[in-house]
Amino acid sequence: MRRGGVAATLIWALCAILAVIIVLHAHYTADLSAFLPRRASATQRLLVEQLREGPAAHLIIAAISGGDADTRAEVSSRMAARLRTDPSFAAIDNGDEAQLQRDREFLFQHRYLLSQRVTPERFTTSGLHEAIGEALDVLSSPAGPLVKPLFLRDPTLETLAIIESLDASHAPHIASGVWSSPDGSRALILAHTRASGADIDGQQAACAALKGSFAAALATLPSPRRAALTLSMSGPPVFAVAARATIKGEVWRLSSLSAACIVVLLLAVYRSLPVLALTLVPVASGALAGVAAVALGFPAVHGLTLGFGVTLIGESVDYAIYLFIQRAGDPRHVLWPTIRLGVLTSICGFAALLPSAFTGLAQLGLYSIAGLTAAALVTRFVLPAWLQRMPPVRDLTGVGTFVGRLVARLYPARATLLVLALLAGTLLYLHRGALWSRELAALSPIRASDMQLDEQLRAEAGAPDVRYVVVAPAADRESALAAADALSARLSPLIDAGVIGGFESAARFLPPLATQEARRVSLPPAPVLRSRLEEALRGLPLTATRLEPFVQDIERARTAPLLGPADLATISLGRAVGALLVRSPSGWSALLPVSARGSGDLPSTAVEAIRSAVAGTPMRAELLDLKGEADRLYSGYLRDAVRLALGGLVAIVLLLSFALRSPARVIRVAAPLMLSVLTVAAVLVSLGHSLTILHIVGMLLIVAVGSNYALFFDRTATHSQAGSMPLVLASLLTANLATVIAFGVLACSSVPVLADLGTTVAPGTLLALLFAAWLAQPPAATGAAPT
Amino acid sequence: MRRVLPACAVLACTLSLVSQPLPCTAAEPAGDAAAFGELLKLLAARQHGHVTFTEVQQLSILDQPLHSSGELLYDAPNRLEKRTLEPRSEDLLLENGVLTVERNHHRRSVALRDFPQAAPFVESVRATLAGDRAALEHYFTVHFSGNLDRWSLELTPADTALRRTVQRVLIAGEHDRIRTVEVHQSDGDSSTLTIGPELTP
Repeated sequence: MRRGGVAATLIWALCAILAVIIVLHAHYTADLSAFLPRRASATQRLLVEQLREGPAAHLIIAAISGGDADTRAEVSSRMAARLRTDPSFAAIDNGDEAQLQRDREFLFQHRYLLSQRVTPERFTTSGLHEAIGEALDVLSSPAGPLVKPLFLRDPTLETLAIIESLDASHAPHIASGVWSSPDGSRALILAHTRASGADIDGQQAACAALKGSFAAALATLPSPRRAALTLSMSGPPVFAVAARATIKGEVWRLSSLSAACIVVLLLAVYRSLPVLALTLVPVASGALAGVAAVALGFPAVHGLTLGFGVTLIGESVDYAIYLFIQRAGDPRHVLWPTIRLGVLTSICGFAALLPSAFTGLAQLGLYSIAGLTAAALVTRFVLPAWLQRMPPVRDLTGVGTFVGRLVARLYPARATLLVLALLAGTLLYLHRGALWSRELAALSPIRASDMQLDEQLRAEAGAPDVRYVVVAPAADRESALAAADALSARLSPLIDAGVIGGFESAARFLPPLATQEARRVSLPPAPVLRSRLEEALRGLPLTATRLEPFVQDIERARTAPLLGPADLATISLGRAVGALLVRSPSGWSALLPVSARGSGDLPSTAVEAIRSAVAGTPMRAELLDLKGEADRLYSGYLRDAVRLALGGLVAIVLLLSFALRSPARVIRVAAPLMLSVLTVAAVLVSLGHSLTILHIVGMLLIVAVGSNYALFFDRTATHSQAGSMPLVLASLLTANLATVIAFGVLACSSVPVLADLGTTVAPGTLLALLFAAWLAQPPAATGAAPT
Repeated sequence: MRRVLPACAVLACTLSLVSQPLPCTAAEPAGDAAAFGELLKLLAARQHGHVTFTEVQQLSILDQPLHSSGELLYDAPNRLEKRTLEPRSEDLLLENGVLTVERNHHRRSVALRDFPQAAPFVESVRATLAGDRAALEHYFTVHFSGNLDRWSLELTPADTALRRTVQRVLIAGEHDRIRTVEVHQSDGDSSTLTIGPELTP
């Protein structure tokens, strides 16, 4: 025994060191990836790609509030100037003059390649007469001062035509020369980070750089002006960083809190510090083994999996509690078979999660299996050797006896449980429509207030969440642009008809080469143009010689090279092309986000109109509902999880049937577990919660933890040498209190997924113990009687 | 997928002009302060107007002036409509700070406060019609001369950046009627709006 103990301790120490090394070298993440499927359809891949790596995943909206407009503008400009030299950012847009100047310059310079109105007809004598006549009207209108400086070079106002064709409805407002919210209360900066959406360290550096530039800009102001200014930031990078920080903070805070509570509880029970320390060994070993296993099995450990570590304290601490409290007799013979069966039952439940397409779920499964196995092995092989040198813990027979009497009083009322089961079943049936939460947002770790700020800033910055996107797959960039061009022609009538508010297309900034070429050849050579102008200007208040700069510009445009992607690199419009033209492993996709008239979602009639407008195009375009697709994805996970959990249930029942070899005993063990799951689900649903995937995990945990209780009752009732019933009761009660504390703390978490887990498991395990005791076969003579 | 580029439309408003802050320099009107006050009261009392107009614009880039004509409609204090009928129809409506232009069956609306460079000139006529002294003095240094029978207001933009575009606006009239509105631009271009007789509805 002693030699075996030393060997076990050595192996344990080795494994622990190995696990620590693995854990220290693992990658950790807290982004959306846990909610993304490992296998996905092409559409889902596009969705996931966009969420992870799309331009939107790199966008931070920064808002400067307080102070007066001039001060905000000054801070905005200083921040932009500093951030533009920072390698963390691909681009900084704040609407300032320099940036607008570049964009205007670009549109003006390439107007004859970009304007949709450039056709051969427009440059005939009558076309010119018409176009210049219209331009003169604009010249005499309030917009006159805007177009006057361009008029002699652009008398057909192509620049204005391009600008008018851009979807202007969402543009940010300008105050004191920089972008501002419509009410003028904050200055806005759009920062495009270089780090990918999944690189949270990079995003964190970018967020820090933004804050740093704000502080530096403030430092240049006299103190009375800087006092009122505040910076707020939003966007996927900010959320990812905040989510990681929240989860990290919560995991630390909640673990500490529940550990402290459990320590106090165990100290009160054991009255021995060394024994308490020993109890924590399997807990720590289990957590370590769990993280190490996930680190080995997955590319990155998700923060939520670590959060789950808190929950494992709840179950793994039980094994040591059973061992210490029920030490009377030979623990190897009395306890181990029961704990072994309990662990196997739990493994059956969690193994069901392993094949889940939902990365987060698969990680939780692996974590639990490894953690529980390690905790049980340590309890079985390492602890007994150490325990021999420990003083005996306080005898809890008295407490157990008292509880036993209480339980015995419940026996006659067992029929109540049947009523309870019926009641819970009825409640669930009545709420069957709203049973499951179908929205991915239910899992989002982002606070509702932050979401609101994000929505508001997005609306103000003209970067609203886009729900509907027309997607056209293509073999290469050119065909993607051609598809976007063709789709634009089909969607434009819908704007004129008032069905949709607008749409964006990469082809507006970067027309396909064929279109550019067609426009270029529409331009007449200088002599032809001069003579046509002579005639076209008849009756108009200017002569052809005035428009010589126009003739020169046309001549230059006739020989200028066509536009390529590289030409857009330095202007903010280039970012739009990058966003609207996506490269994927399977080729290219043109994206045309469609916005509704006014605010809000597209009405279903508009959705239908778009569907039929893009249907039957040779480019296989389709309308993608991003939110719908994401929710469908999540529903898929949910179905998956329910199916797997049921599979786990079947496996558990099979295992129990094999181990217990008696249908009556199987029912006795399984019934309290099913009943508590049913009751908790019914209560949650009645309280207005919709069940999420984490509730399912919680139910699995109820079964995993509760199976130990039921098995102990079963064993005590059927094996005469199984130890004292009062001690079993006392140990189960202690173990249950520890679990309820751990999950009760979790229920207070601000991270919804952790809170979901806590609110399911804490009451569930309590009920499982109650029901298990209630349904246990009364140990005929000795059970409730004092020894 | 989120909309990434909001920049485009800003171009529309700032195609060639730098927008600059408008400091609120409330300047005391020089000249006959009492008569100016009387005039504003007189103007404010008018609730409705429907007149013809002709407009001549002298632009250095053109060889001949641009002529246009049409009707002006005014309802106190916040609705001003300019219907150009010749040479092409165009409808310009300023209502509660929103400017709507309709031309060739295309309608475009913009909020005036988004066009800090255009707002003062659209406001000059409306604020004069409404006798809105606060609005006038928000944008301009106002100089009153003459008497109620024959008055003129010289409006100089308070903002220096604005003065780079428009030098001054001259509004002349008799009693509660505006006769002419002259806008003198800094580059020498100018426009003169001459208001004709009242049209009976």
